[in-house]
Formats: sequence, C-alpha cells, structure tokens
Amino acid sequence: MAVVTYRDALTQALREELQRDDSVFLMGEEVAQYNGAYKVSKGLLDEFGPMRIVDTPITELGFAGVGVGAAMVGLRPIVEFMTWNFALLAIDEVVNAAAKMRYMSGGQFKMPMVFRGPNGAALQLGAQHSQAWESWFAHIPGLKVCTPGTPADAKGLLKAAIRDDNPVVFLEGEMLYNTKGEVPDGEHLVPLGVADLKREGDHCSVITHGKMALVAMRVADDLAKEGINIDVVDLRTVRPIDVEAISRSVQKTNRAVVLEEGWEICGMGSQVVDFIQRECFDDLDAPVLRVHQEDVPMPYAKNLERAAKPDAGKTIAAIKKVMYLD
Amino acid sequence: MATKVTMEALSPTMEEGRLVKWTKNEGDQVKAGDVLAEVETDKAIMDLVARGDGVLRKRLANEGDASPIGTLLGVIAAPDENIDAIIGGAVPATAAASAKPAQANATPQSSDQSQSEAPAPPQQKAAGPVAAAPPAPRPASPPRPTAPPPPKGNGARPGATATPGGRQRSSPLARRLANDKGIQLGGIQGSGPGGRIVKRDIENVKATSGAARSAAAERLAAEGDFKDVPLTLIRKTIARRLAESNGPVPTFFLTAEFDATRAAELRAQLLEMGDEYKVSFNDIVIKAVALALAEHPEVNAHWLNDKIRHFNRIHVAMAVAVEDGLITPVLFDADRMTLWEISAKARELAAKARERKLLPEEYTGSTFSVSNLGMFGIDQFTAIINPPEAGILAIGGVEEKPVVINGALEVRQRMRVTMSCDHRVIDGATGAKFLQTVRRYIENPLSLII
Repeated sequence: MAVVTYRDALTQALREELQRDDSVFLMGEEVAQYNGAYKVSKGLLDEFGPMRIVDTPITELGFAGVGVGAAMVGLRPIVEFMTWNFALLAIDEVVNAAAKMRYMSGGQFKMPMVFRGPNGAALQLGAQHSQAWESWFAHIPGLKVCTPGTPADAKGLLKAAIRDDNPVVFLEGEMLYNTKGEVPDGEHLVPLGVADLKREGDHCSVITHGKMALVAMRVADDLAKEGINIDVVDLRTVRPIDVEAISRSVQKTNRAVVLEEGWEICGMGSQVVDFIQRECFDDLDAPVLRVHQEDVPMPYAKNLERAAKPDAGKTIAAIKKVMYLD
Repeated sequence: MATKVTMEALSPTMEEGRLVKWTKNEGDQVKAGDVLAEVETDKAIMDLVARGDGVLRKRLANEGDASPIGTLLGVIAAPDENIDAIIGGAVPATAAASAKPAQANATPQSSDQSQSEAPAPPQQKAAGPVAAAPPAPRPASPPRPTAPPPPKGNGARPGATATPGGRQRSSPLARRLANDKGIQLGGIQGSGPGGRIVKRDIENVKATSGAARSAAAERLAAEGDFKDVPLTLIRKTIARRLAESNGPVPTFFLTAEFDATRAAELRAQLLEMGDEYKVSFNDIVIKAVALALAEHPEVNAHWLNDKIRHFNRIHVAMAVAVEDGLITPVLFDADRMTLWEISAKARELAAKARERKLLPEEYTGSTFSVSNLGMFGIDQFTAIINPPEAGILAIGGVEEKPVVINGALEVRQRMRVTMSCDHRVIDGATGAKFLQTVRRYIENPLSLII
C-alpha cells in the first residue's frame, strides 16, 4: 500500500472518478486555474480541461444551484466550497433543493451530486472560520454526510459519494490535508454508512468521526501503555450512522465516550448517546460521557482556542471517569 | 396465573443447588410461602418455598438433581390452567411479567428468557455445566432505531433491590449481571460514584465470600458501626503493586510462639470447678483475639477495593471442618462475650455446622477469622484469608517444649500461631503489634475472665 497524504488521496479519487465517468465534473471557487484553495484539484484542469474543471464566481448560492440543476438533468457535479463556513451562503440549495428534490418529485429526479470542502477548526482562524458543521447537515433527511478521518477513508468515501445517486455532503478535515496514511492500491471504495473499528480493546468504546478519529487513535495508543485498551469506532459517515457497530462495541466494553469536534448542544454525540441508551441500556456500567468543543464561539487567542477544543487529554479524562478510575 | 418454581439463590455464594427432597406432590394445593422442597446449597440444606398460590401442577426436577440457579423446577398454576407453554420454555411475555411480582428479588429468573426469540428449554439448561449459565441469547443484530419500540413491560428488567436506607444505585449492567447470577444487590457495597454498584462490584461478589450480601453483612453495614478510611496514594500504590506480585490477595505471614502454660493452668482450674466452666484453648484464643482486635481496629478490617473499612464491632469467624469442606460460623460481638458465652456459642455453631444447619446469617458477616488445627496435632500452619477480611489467625497445637527463661531451661506449654495478613490493609509492623497484644492476653489469661 502506498503512503499518501489526505490531500493526494482526495485528488486520486477525483481523478479516477473523472476518468471513469464523463458526466462527473468539478466546480467551485479557484478549483481550476489555482488548482484549488487547498490544492485538492491540482493538475485536474490540465488533464480534464475547463468544461469539467470549472472556476466559479464568488457566489456560493449561485454555483450550488447550478450544481443542483446539473444533477437534475443527469450530470454528476462535485461542488467544492472553499470552506464549509462559506457554504452557509448556499445552505438553501443544499437543504431545500438538493435534499428535497428526489422526495418532492416522487423520484423523477435523482440528485447524484457531492458538496465537498474543508470543515472544522484549523489554527487561529477566528470564530467565523473555525466551525464543524456535520450535525447541521446530518439533521436533514435526504442528505448523506461523510466525515473521513484518514487518507484511505477520504479516497474510498469520496469515490463512493460521487457514485451515489443522492446528494452527499462531504466534510474534509481542514487540518487533515497534510496528514499521511496508507491507501490501498487500485480501486478502493468505502461504502457509505459503515463504521470502522480503528483500534480494538475491551475496556471502553470511543465513538468518533472525522478529524477526532486521529485524536482517538492517539489516545488509544497512549492508554495502551497504561494497560487500558479501547475500541475506537470511527463512524466515517454520520448520516446514515452505523448503529450496529456502535452497539457491538458498547455491548462488549460496557462503557462509552463520544468524541466530536463540534459543539455539545444537538451535536453528533447527542445522537450517538441516544442510540447507545436505546440499544445498550442493560449493557452500560457507567453513564456515557461526551467530549466536544466548549460551548463558545471559537476564541482567536491561541491559549483560549486550545482550551476550547476537544483533545486527547479531555478524552483520556472522560475514559477514566467512565471506567471509574479517576 | 402461573408461578414458576425455580432454583433460587439460597446461599450468597451458591451457583447451583441439589434438590434433596420434594415436600409437595404434583396436584397438591400450595400457598405462597409453603415449603415445596429441600435444596442443598453449597453451605446448607435450605427450604425452597412457593412464590405463588395454586396447585403444584408439575415437578420438573427429580430428587437428587443438581440445577444451576434460575432453572425451572416446577410450575404452580390453577388446576385447569394450560401450562404447556411454560414447560415448553416458550413463556408468553404476559405470563412471565405477571408471575414476576410474586417472586422475590432473589429469584434469578432471567428476563432474557422471556425476551429471547428461542430460549433454551429448561431441561436442557438443567443438564448444562455448573455455573455456566449460558449468556442470554441476544438478537443477532440489534433492531435499528427505526424499528418500533418493544411492547411495554417486555424487556423491562427488575430494578435494583431497595435497601432500607432508600434506593440502592446500580448501573444497568450491574443489575443485569446480578440478575443473571442470582445475586442480591442489597448489602453489596457499591464502588462507583455515590455508592453506585457497578460491574466490578458484582464480579467481586462472585470472587469473594458471600459476606457482603447477607443479613449479617447488612447489620455490619449499619451506620456508625465502622469507619471508612479513604485510600491514600501510598496505600493505593502498595495495594496495586502487591496484588500484582502476589495474586488477588497479597498475603504475608507472621508466626509467633506464645507461652500457653498459664492458659493451660487456667483451663485445668476451670475444669476442676465443674463442667459448666469448661473452656477450650480455641475459646481462649477467640476471646484473646477479639479483645486484641478491639485494640487494633486496623486489623479488624475489610478491603473494599477503593477503601479500607475498619469495623467498630468485632465478629470473629471460626473455621469448622465439616464432612466435605469447611465453613466459618461467626461469633458476633465476640469481644463483649464472656469466655463461657464464647465457649457455649462456639460449640453450638460447630454442631450446627456439622449438621449443615447453619443459616446464612450465621456464617457471614465476620470481620476477622481464626482457624485451629491444634486438635489434629498440627504444630503450625498458614491459613488462607477469607476476603474481604484483612487477616486470619492459624492456631497450632499446645505442647510441652524446652524453653530458656532467664538463663534456665524450663519445660513450658507452647503454642505457635501464624497470622496471614492482607498486605493491602495490614503492614508487617501493624500485624506484629496485634500479635503482641494477642500474646499479652494469652500469656496473662486472667485478663480474659475478669
């Protein structure tokens, strides 16, 4: 298996799907001439030309709508948002057009499109540009929502998302583009809605997704040195959620910590905890705890930003608490 | 409505019971509380009573059969009620639910049995290996959240046992495990926040003696009868390190030889006064140990994993050999008993033990133990600690030995004792000081009768 960056894994996925199906095209701000704000579309303009790699004006609502229209008439658009913070301008097209079209047309229109771009906080980008949006989109029936945490999952999920006939919100970790990992050679697809057990242990389940999967794996490795072995359940897709994988893990470990990048109230973790209390009530030896961003807009100051973000230390503390070790 | 007769947990530690004798026949009218059968537990022969009114319609176990806790032994129902479904194992949820309130909490009837799609027939379960009560079958794939919720009442598990002081907190998992194993939650000391009983507490119950669960233990846990000592960091470290190195109870041993000459003289004098004054060496040792424990509460203690409990009251267990094992009846408040009271009670308990008639509250709840093999001609031996107690004193025989006293050789009556100490609770010096006190009492035996 080749070791590649998350960024290159995404580029591979785009290239392979553009080659495989000429109804696939990419559009967004700076995706063509500039090779993408985060260089995910590097080299694609040269290879596929300006009809399939399309620079758009700075009009999120406009080009998202163009994408919805293109999908309705049979193309497979990939709409890149420079960041998901900017995508709020286009949320009407995502939520009211893309997510509803198949349903409201009685299935006459398919909606084979992907909205993708970086999600979550980076470093000191301030309150408006440091937000994790998955729970917003996971709330909406009609959408699928992917949150890959590793290069392999990024590639496999993006390819599967492009081939899906439903609108997929594809949330890339802004801090993940330079991370490296092994990606299987050849055709690599990851089915939507299937979680991955990234670490295995009997003592506690950590259920997470996206960038936090890396934190969870680091926590697992650190705790293993203390003799604490945890399951890391990486959801990978937060809509639909792989409830069986969660249940299987919690029924084994009897305790769970739910780790996410976003805020507490109505976060993804709320939903995961709800699944756990329903499916695993008699298996629980401790209340399920959550680790998430503090309930404040992201501070700009470095120390406050660090304090506001979920991290390995907070996760370890939660794990020890549910294990009654603290 | 039908009531199941199941193998109940009639002793705190039993995992299966042997049906010695049915005392009711099929067709007999029975009322709740009537004795249906005699059941031999791991400790004694106990009565199994009816949990509902009706006719004993069916006896499913034969006399002599051993069955794990929870096994269906019979059915009580109305004379014309159809009980095929119960006997066949396919209990309608409503019947199971309605039968439940009539049953004591101790009844380990697994609610999974009524929940599962295809429960094992009880006959098959009875034939299964001891204590290997198979985990309740789980649906292969849990229902998706979109599935309709199960009907009300189905799937509800019995809640935590209420204690006199209010609701006993326990995790759902702990309740399920206790239910599966037929363990009563009342009397278990929860180690979670706010005394919540959690998984490890149930596992500890299984691993240790039943002391924590009996009526006697509840009496022990009565407020003010003990002092909980929070674990200091050094105590935690000692506990962890020593347990790692030496099994679950890191034990060390202290041996001492006492001069029992005066004790022997006292015995002889008392015997001269008449049979009603007769005491044994064992009685003398128990009295001495009880008085010494009063002076050393740190030895009169239980290890409770997250803390050490020093008891204010002194309940000394004495090991009694029975036909196929060993049991430890308890002399409650032994420090407040006279030597003759100890003697009489010890004889009574030993006799009951040999007849296997001890009640659970008579053999649980001790704070320290004494084991005596002197009468078998054993000079000295080491005894195994009865967890969660912190120590046990092993008593060897009294014999004449040459001893140097003030430079002169004398023949004295000597007795060797060995104390096994749980190092998590008792350190070497602590144990040694306790033994010094025991020595003082044994070597000055008048102090035991005044």
